[in-house]
Amino acid sequence: MAKLYSKKKLAPQNMLPKKETISFLLNYSKALSAYKVGNVSIEIIAN
Amino acid sequence: MANLVLPDAVLVKNYISGDESALASLIERHQSKIYGFIYSKVNDRDLSDDIFQDTFIKVIKTLKTKSYNEEGKFLPWVMRIAHNLVVDHFRKSKKMPFQRETEEYSIFNYMSDNAPTVESKMITEQVEYDLTRLLNELPDDQKEVLIMRMYQDLSFKEIADLTGVSINTALGRMRYALLNLRKIIEKNQIILTN
Repeated sequence: MAKLYSKKKLAPQNMLPKKETISFLLNYSKALSAYKVGNVSIEIIAN
Repeated sequence: MANLVLPDAVLVKNYISGDESALASLIERHQSKIYGFIYSKVNDRDLSDDIFQDTFIKVIKTLKTKSYNEEGKFLPWVMRIAHNLVVDHFRKSKKMPFQRETEEYSIFNYMSDNAPTVESKMITEQVEYDLTRLLNELPDDQKEVLIMRMYQDLSFKEIADLTGVSINTALGRMRYALLNLRKIIEKNQIILTN
């Protein structure tokens, strides 16, 4: 049987984004209101 | 907790209806796959975070504007967005090579601020002040020619006409003015450099 010489790429297990990134996204989602009127989309970000 | 057992399609629907916790569940469920995919392409943690963030910003905007058509393919759709952003990134970086700040490489080695600093302004002021005092030490005829030439930018022809002497005399006065200035500078050991 032919040997496989290619190495499996060493990728770290459980690659996860930073907590700050997730937290930003969740806050961004809460702050964002978006509407579509015809072809125009209106976005409002609450402070 | 209940969200964890709901299928993606239901979570998407709940999110569109205003349930923000559904988004948290969707992100938690798929973050590893999406982030891992991005990292496998760009090999940089910070950049992966940026692309991951941009991916979900697009997802959020699309869902909030109700432009998403639910076909039970939430993850493949998000992966497609991530893939497109990765392609965009490589396209941009090809046009604009990116160099990260390291100990050996600092952008400030290549960038300079040409505006005069407080120190160089003070030095210039001091040099100008010293020069004015030096000019006052010169005989009046030499001082007059030097000021007309250097400060008023007149030609020797114009200086000659205005002072009523020949061009050669004006040139001679200028020459003596410079020689005398040099002598005074050397004698008093004045440094006039910026």
